[in-house]
Amino acid sequence: MPRFFRLDEPALDGLIEALRQQGYTAVGPRVRDGAVIYDEISSVADLPQGWASEQEAGKYRLNRDPSAGPFDYVIGPSSWKQWLHPPEARLFAAERENGAFRILPNTTSAPRYALVGVRACELAAIAIQDRVLLGDRYTDPIYQARRKALFVVAVNCTRSAATCFCASMQTGPRAVEGFDLALTPVGNGRQYLGETGTDAGAAVAGELGWPEAPPEMMSEAAETVRAAARAQTRNVALEGLAEALTAAAEHPRWETVAKRCMACGNCTLACPTCFCTTVEDTSTVDGARAERWRKWDSCFTQSFSYIHGGSVRTSVKSRYRQWLTHKLAYWQQQFGTPGCVGCGRCITWCPAGIDLTEEARALRA
Amino acid sequence: MESLERIIAEQPFVEGLESYYLQLLVGCARNVVFEAGHTVFREGEEAHEFYLLRHGKVAIEIHAPQRPPIVVETLADGDVLGWSWLIPPHHWRFTARAVTQVRAIALDGKCLRTKCEANHDLGYELLKRFADIMSRRVDAARYQVIDVYGGGVNQ
Amino acid sequence: MSPDDPMLPVAYRVEKVTKETRDTFTLVTRRVDRAPRHAFEPGQFSMLYVCAVGELPISISGDTADKQNLTYTVRSVGQVTNQLVSLGVGDTLGVRGPFGVPWPVEEARGKDVVVVAGGIGLAPLRPVLYHILRRREEYGRLVLLYGARSPQDQLFRKELTQWSQAPESRVLTTVDYGGVNWHGHVGVVTTMFRYVRLRPERTIAMVCGPEIMMRFVARELETRGVERSQIRVSMERNMKCGCGFCGHCQYGPDFICKDGPVFSYDRIQSRMEAYEI
Repeated sequence: MPRFFRLDEPALDGLIEALRQQGYTAVGPRVRDGAVIYDEISSVADLPQGWASEQEAGKYRLNRDPSAGPFDYVIGPSSWKQWLHPPEARLFAAERENGAFRILPNTTSAPRYALVGVRACELAAIAIQDRVLLGDRYTDPIYQARRKALFVVAVNCTRSAATCFCASMQTGPRAVEGFDLALTPVGNGRQYLGETGTDAGAAVAGELGWPEAPPEMMSEAAETVRAAARAQTRNVALEGLAEALTAAAEHPRWETVAKRCMACGNCTLACPTCFCTTVEDTSTVDGARAERWRKWDSCFTQSFSYIHGGSVRTSVKSRYRQWLTHKLAYWQQQFGTPGCVGCGRCITWCPAGIDLTEEARALRA
Repeated sequence: MESLERIIAEQPFVEGLESYYLQLLVGCARNVVFEAGHTVFREGEEAHEFYLLRHGKVAIEIHAPQRPPIVVETLADGDVLGWSWLIPPHHWRFTARAVTQVRAIALDGKCLRTKCEANHDLGYELLKRFADIMSRRVDAARYQVIDVYGGGVNQ
Repeated sequence: MSPDDPMLPVAYRVEKVTKETRDTFTLVTRRVDRAPRHAFEPGQFSMLYVCAVGELPISISGDTADKQNLTYTVRSVGQVTNQLVSLGVGDTLGVRGPFGVPWPVEEARGKDVVVVAGGIGLAPLRPVLYHILRRREEYGRLVLLYGARSPQDQLFRKELTQWSQAPESRVLTTVDYGGVNWHGHVGVVTTMFRYVRLRPERTIAMVCGPEIMMRFVARELETRGVERSQIRVSMERNMKCGCGFCGHCQYGPDFICKDGPVFSYDRIQSRMEAYEI
């Protein structure tokens, strides 16, 4: 059974400190280069207090907002996959001796991250990557090691950006599962309702001696989160979507959107569920030692589908179609859920302002 | 001696052909044997006949200066060799050479053309069969042009 | 790191190299640590790693009954395959896998089996031929139709002759381009169907070659009455991992690496006919 507590700002600081004391590297939102990104934090002072984002298709602006609490910024371009499914990871090294070589597996242990400020849509994204990288035929040890060592502090959303559509994807804005602790900002974002999700979360809460939350705090929290859901203006109609998109392979809309799409791959980088990778081989000049690295890749590149003789998807149209159809249709068949959580990053960070919700709607027409 | 009619009736080309039309074909047919290496017909010559191949293999060749002759297709048991007899100006477009000893039924083109003009039903039956052969050969030629094994090859 | 990391290659030593054609070589390899070789089924592939160069999916072309070696037939068409074919006896390569859905050799028991191969597509099918010929009485008629670019590009020529002499077996080979000294068939592989009589209701077909060749072979089989579900094809796409992580080999809702490479034609027919899927 979840338990509910009342936290003020010093209590939040105490939580971050306690997690660091337990050996976790605390990672949370910070302002950098005009955007809120995730990076290491050491206290509440690092959080983007007093900042609010303005988002639209192809537009992101971080504005000063004295009324904004530390978690009122709404999500930025980076996602947690950077910490769990890193952009670059060494798979192994190899040492060469007399024509033969030896494989040297990685020996370093995985970092222990405490993620602070994980949104409901992002929890859904982590669950989706769990399904892909841990829950299928094979297990990705790099992801698994980081995932096992994880402590998650979720934060429920009390504001939505214009690009948010988690409510329609049924992933948010309230975090239901997948966290050790969840916080809901109340009282103008200066207080928090704490909720335990796991024994590990409950242990931390007990250790810090948080007082129990009064009932009116719980109803206030519930209402602010519901209000954030009501404030969402975009949506995707899930009912029958996978079937409709699978049948829409020859829809003229693909041509239209391909004229705008620059195949830059921003959407795949910003997307918290996109998992595709490529590999690169490096070696020392004398060839005695080689390494194999895995790196994020994007289905928007032409080389992604290369087989000797040429690429399978040469047109931008076919690449956009692959991305969107995978996200909203094939994913369902492959892993039992859509590959989209409604975070809206692909809409905000598309330089052409292509709106996934609008494309999905047009493709059903 | 095997009756010519029975031999022709066994050929896939005449499958389903009513015996009345078969009789008309038999009237224009004769048995032939070509030894290996024999030129059955040559590019540019008048196309008098076509052949229902019973046994053996025939190469359809085309030659050009500066290079050895190219075999564009081989035909064998059950295949039909030649359709230039049907299409004006009735000249062979390619050269046909027996690769092995070949036993075949030769059908006289002029004889058949006359019968087809007189009996369009027979003409239709023959054209249907040639249309099928031609469409298959065009398909095969198109696939050949793609040079599938030169480019993307499955591992 | 986990010992069952699917991304970690195991070192194999090249025991024997056979030149099959001007650009295609067969490598017989054995585990360096002398542990038993990886188990595999006909049609499965490995990811072969050349140190510091790269890694590619290559089908196993050897016999499942060979309990010591893993055998691969590689055509040199790019950087990694160039390196693979230039490996000599004693050199090491990395092996991951085997991965993928095999040919339906069990399902084919008691049926006539039509194997249609194009070019190097004969390599992934060779384990099927070994399998059937070793259990000849458990299968119906065996037909192998093999198309290659030219007589010089035919793989496994000695074995083709041996297979043609097996009981209840028919082997027909053809080339797209033949000179006047070539006494075999000239014409694309589909033209060979004229010379075999199929019993479609009891036939299962296994087809491997360039995608376009598999498309027209599947169509020919259908024309001759073989059900789509009884036609199996082996697909190829870009592949970086072989185990479903890298996303490259996605083909509609399927991953070629784990849902294929062998697919039933009825599952993928419409995708094969569409552009740029």
